Amino acid sequence: MIEVEVITGRTIDQGKTVEEKFSEEYFNAVNYCEINEQDFKKLGLRDGDRVRVKTDFGEVVVYAKIGDVPEGVIFIPMGPYANRITSDDTDGTGMPRFKGIIGEIEKTDEPVKSVKQLLGVE
Amino acid sequence: MADAVCTFCGNVCDDVEFDVNTQKGKRLCALGLAKFREKERIKSPMINGKEVSYEEAVEETAEILVNAKKPLLYGWSSTVNEAIRYGIILTEKVGGVYDQCSSVCHAPGTLAIIEEGIPGGSLGTAKNRADVIVFWGCNPLEAHPRHPARYSAMAKGFLIKSRKDRKIVVVDVRKTKSAAMADKFIQIKPGYDYAIISALRALVKGEDIEAREVGGVPKEVLAELADMMKSANYGVIFYGLGITQSRGRDRNVENAVKLIQLLNRHTRWVIWPMRGHYNVVGAGEIPAWEVGFQYAIDFSRGYPRFSPAEFSAVEMLLRKDCDAMLVMSSDPAAHFPWKAVEHMKNIPVIQIDPFPNMTTLLSNVVIPSAVAGIEAEGNVYRMDGIVLRVKKLVDSEYWSDEKIVHEILKAVERRL
Amino acid sequence: MLWIKNGIVVDPKNGIDAERMDIFVKNGKIVNEEDVRKEDCRVIDANNKLVVAGGVDMHAHIAGSKINVGRTMRPEEMRVVRQTAGKLRASMGRVLLTSPAIGYEYARMGYTTAVEAATPPIGAPHTHEELDSIPVVDKASLTVFGNWHPVFKYAADRDREKMKAFIAWALERTKGFGVKVVNPGGVEAWMYGGNVRNLDDEVPKWSVTPREIITELVNANEELNLPHSVHLHCNNLGVPGNYQTTIETIKLVSGIRNDSRQVLHVTHVQFNAYAGSSWRDVASGAAEIAKVVNSMDNVTIDMGQAIFGHATAMTSDAPFQFTLHKLTGSRWVNKDTEIEGGAGIVPITYMPKNPVHALQWAIGLELGLLVESDRVVLSTDYPNGGPYTEYPYVMAMLMSRRMREKELDRVSPYVQKATSLPAIEVEKTLYEVIEMTRSLPARVMGLESKGHLGTGADADIAIYNLNPNDLDPASQYDVVNREFRVPAYTIKDGEIIVKDGNLLKETWGRTYWVDARKKASVDSIDSDLNEFFTEYYTVRRENYGVAEYWMRKPERLEVN
Repeated sequence: MIEVEVITGRTIDQGKTVEEKFSEEYFNAVNYCEINEQDFKKLGLRDGDRVRVKTDFGEVVVYAKIGDVPEGVIFIPMGPYANRITSDDTDGTGMPRFKGIIGEIEKTDEPVKSVKQLLGVE
Repeated sequence: MADAVCTFCGNVCDDVEFDVNTQKGKRLCALGLAKFREKERIKSPMINGKEVSYEEAVEETAEILVNAKKPLLYGWSSTVNEAIRYGIILTEKVGGVYDQCSSVCHAPGTLAIIEEGIPGGSLGTAKNRADVIVFWGCNPLEAHPRHPARYSAMAKGFLIKSRKDRKIVVVDVRKTKSAAMADKFIQIKPGYDYAIISALRALVKGEDIEAREVGGVPKEVLAELADMMKSANYGVIFYGLGITQSRGRDRNVENAVKLIQLLNRHTRWVIWPMRGHYNVVGAGEIPAWEVGFQYAIDFSRGYPRFSPAEFSAVEMLLRKDCDAMLVMSSDPAAHFPWKAVEHMKNIPVIQIDPFPNMTTLLSNVVIPSAVAGIEAEGNVYRMDGIVLRVKKLVDSEYWSDEKIVHEILKAVERRL
Repeated sequence: MLWIKNGIVVDPKNGIDAERMDIFVKNGKIVNEEDVRKEDCRVIDANNKLVVAGGVDMHAHIAGSKINVGRTMRPEEMRVVRQTAGKLRASMGRVLLTSPAIGYEYARMGYTTAVEAATPPIGAPHTHEELDSIPVVDKASLTVFGNWHPVFKYAADRDREKMKAFIAWALERTKGFGVKVVNPGGVEAWMYGGNVRNLDDEVPKWSVTPREIITELVNANEELNLPHSVHLHCNNLGVPGNYQTTIETIKLVSGIRNDSRQVLHVTHVQFNAYAGSSWRDVASGAAEIAKVVNSMDNVTIDMGQAIFGHATAMTSDAPFQFTLHKLTGSRWVNKDTEIEGGAGIVPITYMPKNPVHALQWAIGLELGLLVESDRVVLSTDYPNGGPYTEYPYVMAMLMSRRMREKELDRVSPYVQKATSLPAIEVEKTLYEVIEMTRSLPARVMGLESKGHLGTGADADIAIYNLNPNDLDPASQYDVVNREFRVPAYTIKDGEIIVKDGNLLKETWGRTYWVDARKKASVDSIDSDLNEFFTEYYTVRRENYGVAEYWMRKPERLEVN
């Protein structure tokens, strides 16, 4: 387990599939997190492994990938997985904190839920 | 091939072509091509999962809205101005709350305008004049792919004849795809935008800063950037959600605006947000002229009140303050924090959208619509506030958003 | 059909001064008595009431990107609720108003036509969307030309034919009514951080001067014979000493003639009528300007009256707005626009005890009083000088020296030495004030069916609880100031919209635009336009502009 700062945001694949939310492509575009190579090694991860990301606002299981992010920072594409853990506190602005949420990340054997499972309608 | 205007992102590229028969396009980026291509649609209007006629869905919607004490009408950034205008009037009539996608996107920029204004320019000024462009907390190559070529980094114009006439700076917490096009990439620590902008303000003013680094950036790098900004002939900061969604939010933008105010005492600079959806600007402009505010507007007292802390969609849902919700061409179930989504499960939800999405799964009434820019025409606001008319390329059995909302408005008026 | 009975009519265009007469209305027009069947008429008892044409506001910023970002920047303006939602729309705003409020408030004051004063060409679709959301009044918008690169090119080349073609093309594309010019050359200089300071300053990178831009545009405008003249916001706005630039500019058109109207309209002259060399010794240059305007018969102006209280400065004069931002430290919006020009917006409050603000207030009144009533239009340059809803105050002030003396007591004494206002004895008559708010602005705009009550005019009529034969405006200024705010009736296109100050219904007026394409060879600039668009624009030529079918109620005025 390591402490991380979570960043969420757009990617080209998320954008390409955003109007096809029930497609395999969308699922693959939003169900992972990018981790710095050093952190990836520290967590003992290998390609295809899953991690549990936990913040004060919730937790979610996603696939782990090495990405071009600094140590201690992870990136999750915007979407239903990211939003399980983003901050719902808007500090009176109406804007939740989608970037820079403190959390922790660990390796897990749990499966990644489908979009429908995530929503609790299946 | 038919001339088209793209209805994906805030670029609203008006030079694209698409052939609905062959599903091929010209000059479309990956996002635009995906937008125009055929995909799974909502087949028919539905009430509680049962297929119904448009008329029945409209009546049911009106019934829900009229009977609700405080319905929330949310979305509006991916439809045309004509539909938005009816949506505002509809919200006023039912005494509901109007909010739009900005409130989870660039609305902190609106709060900054309220504090400081905005020294800005249209995209054509960047193209024609900007010899320095800074992309701050935005990733155009993934979010607005043709922005650099058409409007900014690589665009040629009146004073800028080639890419060599211009310096590009990218400031971000991670090395995004867009970092590759920068002459100077500055990687900052997450949440330090405000502090870095403050340091730049001091340096531009000619003051020294005591810290040797700010937000992970050495003082020398900041001093270089400050010099570059001061010696530009015409500079532009394009900023993104890296600023509005991280620590500081509206205060980050406000600070950046103050930096631009200061720079204009030396040379010319403007700042502009990289707005996301193709008509998210319209979703704010139209309520501004119709009722005086851009978003988070409550009509329950018979007149509009603006308060993001109370009437933004996320706050409304978190506090369980709405007892019905209409979602226009948006997917809050996928894009809102989970606790806000949970309240959507407890209240009647009406969805108007061409495509099924996660919100569909939570909706009691689903009204499929024609895709604006392919099956329906109308006006939209490009990210810089310039209006373009998106085109109808093909006939469709689906009703347009404009017609759907107008019919709902009429059905509501019959009940009042 | 309407029969407006026994009213006291003031109709300057037709030389009628407080005569008791009946007015007949059919199909939205004013008609002769014999054209109606009296038994079918709805009778309006106007006995001893003043009957005049609906007011015409020929210069106000009521629609488009400037006022809308003003609203966005100033939510505090929207805390004033003028009307809650019901059968009609919620109506909001202190000085900056929502679009429904703009139409409602004009109607509630007896005004029935309003012209948006400055539309950035590429912003025309936005302007027209907002105009389409303003109820009741008829509308038009002026397209801004003075810093548009093709205009520089054709002025520098002295290519009159291409300039005419460009104007005709641009008015059609923007569905504009006329040629607005704002700080010609100065806004382009602002793109380099500068401004132009006199008529002969060269525009950066263009071998052309403000003098040439203005002269070429006026000549092209006259050769096209557009309904309206060039509508000019002069260089050096808001700068002490600028009255000399204004006078020099006005004199540029001496010798150019048009039999039916002025050849140059200089707008909100109050902001361009400062003598002195700095804000320390600033004084009024209004008397000198008035002398020049009165000596010419081909120039008109409007006042740009400052009203004490809140206002929002918004103009295409972007460098001026930056200066104002630096001066006041207030919020600042700037919008540079393609290769067309720019704009700026800054909140401002005019305070009676502030010497400069009091001076501005006094200069507006001086202009209104010293310039002959057939060449000065009443305006506040809404919302720059303040709200148009204060026109009744300005009307009363022009008519009453006693009211002015009372007001002078509460403003900074600076105006006593820096202006001639305290010494001005002129009291405009009711007839003259009706001229300045009705027939003159209609004539200046070239709107023949507006601003009067002659046969064939649009049935846009205001009826006030004032009997001109029984009123002494000089002493009863409070009655004037009160009653012009609350018409007994406002009639638009023959429909009763307001009764006793209350809004009865919402209707939708026309948007006039001018088609001059028959008077020019638009083909001659075809390849130039293609080049401008390919090289410098971020939209395609095909997608530029407004189509008539998008608009709610367009009315094309073709120039033959």
